[in-house]
Amino acid sequence: MKIFVCLANVPDTTTKIKFADQKFDETGVQWVINPWDELALTRAMELKEDAGTPVNEVTVVTIGTISSEPTIRKALAIGADNAVRIDAEPKDSYSVAWLLSEYLKNYEGDHLVLTGIESSDYNGFAVGGMLSEFLGVPSVSGVSALDIEGDHAKVSREIDGGLEQVAIKTPFVAIVQKGIAKEPRIPAMRGIMMARKKPLEVVSPLSFDNVTDMLDFELPKAKPQCKMINPENAKELIGLLQNEAKVL
Amino acid sequence: MAVIVFTESWDGKFKKSSFELVSYAKAMADSVGSKTIAISIASVDQDELKKLGLYGADKILTVSNEAFKTLDNQVYTKLIAEIAEKEDVRILVLPHNNTGKALAPRLSVRLKAGLVSAAVKLPSSYDPFKVYKKVFSGKGFAHQVVNTEKKILTLSNNSFELIESNTIPEIEEYSPEVSATEISTTVVDIQKQTGKLILTDAEIVVSGGRGMKSSDNWGPLEELAELLGAATACSRPVSDEGWRPHSEHTGQTGKIIAPNLYIAAGISGAIQHLAGVSSSKCIVAINTDKDAPIFEAADYGIVGDAAKVLPELIEAVKEMKA
Ligand SMILES: Cc1cc2nc3c(=O)[nH]c(=O)nc-3n(C[C@H](O)[C@H](O)[C@H](O)COP(=O)(O)OP(=O)(O)OC[C@H]3O[C@@H](n4cnc5c(N)ncnc54)[C@H](O)[C@@H]3O)c2cc1C
Repeated sequence: MKIFVCLANVPDTTTKIKFADQKFDETGVQWVINPWDELALTRAMELKEDAGTPVNEVTVVTIGTISSEPTIRKALAIGADNAVRIDAEPKDSYSVAWLLSEYLKNYEGDHLVLTGIESSDYNGFAVGGMLSEFLGVPSVSGVSALDIEGDHAKVSREIDGGLEQVAIKTPFVAIVQKGIAKEPRIPAMRGIMMARKKPLEVVSPLSFDNVTDMLDFELPKAKPQCKMINPENAKELIGLLQNEAKVL
Repeated sequence: MAVIVFTESWDGKFKKSSFELVSYAKAMADSVGSKTIAISIASVDQDELKKLGLYGADKILTVSNEAFKTLDNQVYTKLIAEIAEKEDVRILVLPHNNTGKALAPRLSVRLKAGLVSAAVKLPSSYDPFKVYKKVFSGKGFAHQVVNTEKKILTLSNNSFELIESNTIPEIEEYSPEVSATEISTTVVDIQKQTGKLILTDAEIVVSGGRGMKSSDNWGPLEELAELLGAATACSRPVSDEGWRPHSEHTGQTGKIIAPNLYIAAGISGAIQHLAGVSSSKCIVAINTDKDAPIFEAADYGIVGDAAKVLPELIEAVKEMKA
């Protein structure tokens, strides 16, 4: 069984965000694998290494220009067997999901698709669900544990106020969140060396349309100064919360 | 033409977020001159259903079919899409929670309707259809423009005021046809947190970080939460260490919350943590380090040891209540 892990290339989470010319200003930005996708990849590697599962190949798929290749190489260094880059600038969740589906729909073998629940740049929370609908396959969202037995997966998903264990047949799209793997894997030296030789297929995109656009970017407004309360009079805080902030 | 809103109930009662959703849908329906139609799945009695009218639902479609007892994304998508088509949907609104996140993207493709996730305000214009939203996990904001004729929005919890409009709703049963073969997900087990407030629904949240030192020190934090009717939360290292469950982890890679009051004890205020809590209406920080970045995000701050400050706050809340 093959696991496809869909990767987004995003600014490092510590990036100081700036906007210029109505766009995100990329100068000086460090790019990383979207944190949830990194956890998905980690879990995919664990499943491949576990002899008890049928998983024998992990492929990462990214929609991105050549500038996303360092991030793809990092995924290969973590352990993915091969990678696919669909050569297009991501426009919105809808078009990204459609481009992914156009590539994935041709795969006929036994497989499973993993995506992260959101990407840390435009916070769309959408690609995984849209992809499953384009492919016409089931999806499970909010996945925090994933195991595979034969052609069945056992999945835990978060519901409001609890957890549900769900059984589902492959193929499907698992939209993963925190908990799916303990810590993201860090590439080892050997992995980095090997990654250079692993296959990275570049696919030309079909023509596509986005259905939404982002504009009028702005930074958050500065917060008023924090009001400090003397620790000796910590109790004062409760009065302020009640009478000044009116939140109690 | 209709604005359609997906509501959720819990033990026969609607969630407050569902009333927020209906108020929000009604405000949009008034702007575009259409009706507000609510979908209610699972058994809710007539009196409770009428409450949706209180917030502006003109019509309520109730669905009570065993097939919808658990969430199968495809079966739910088909149901909502059918209703959307039958009622000539213009805007579809879902909650930005586990259910909404699972369904809205599928519906976006099914209905060919552009999606805006995690809206916190009404659209700033309807033509073009523009919605203000967070980007870069709250480090920026932007307008998302939807170019398709139909639109889908998910609304963040606790971001829209309840507005009463006293509509008497028309209640209609909707009976979709579902065959067993359409259901692909089988729920084999459920662990529900009973008696505990759901973190993303809570109006007050008390949260602890690594500065709490050990899982043994959570007593006062839990007591304060209990007294305030608050949910408890934590920073990522705390859940990674296993001091607290993963479900409490807030921040960029955990839960994103927007309570009225967020109390952070022993949390440094790393950018990834703030990404999950910065929409809180009021933030209180308790930290021994006066230069901790959490104080830049906070409205009220106490430089002090959480182990000493929390018991004082507990006393003060008890006095307030007395
Ligand atoms: C990709 C990525 C994603 C991440 N996502 C998240 C996320 O979603 N959520 C999250 O929280 N973190 C996240 N992090 C981690 C984040 O960067 C910080 O490491 C983390 O938030 C720090 O947790 P903390 O504030 O509890 O601990 P620390 O940073 O160790 O801070 C502890 C604080 O407690 C104070 N303190 C110590 N003793 C006391 C005392 N007795 N009383 C009061 N205060 C005291 C200290 O002054 C200090 O400020 C992420 C990191 C990465 C790289």
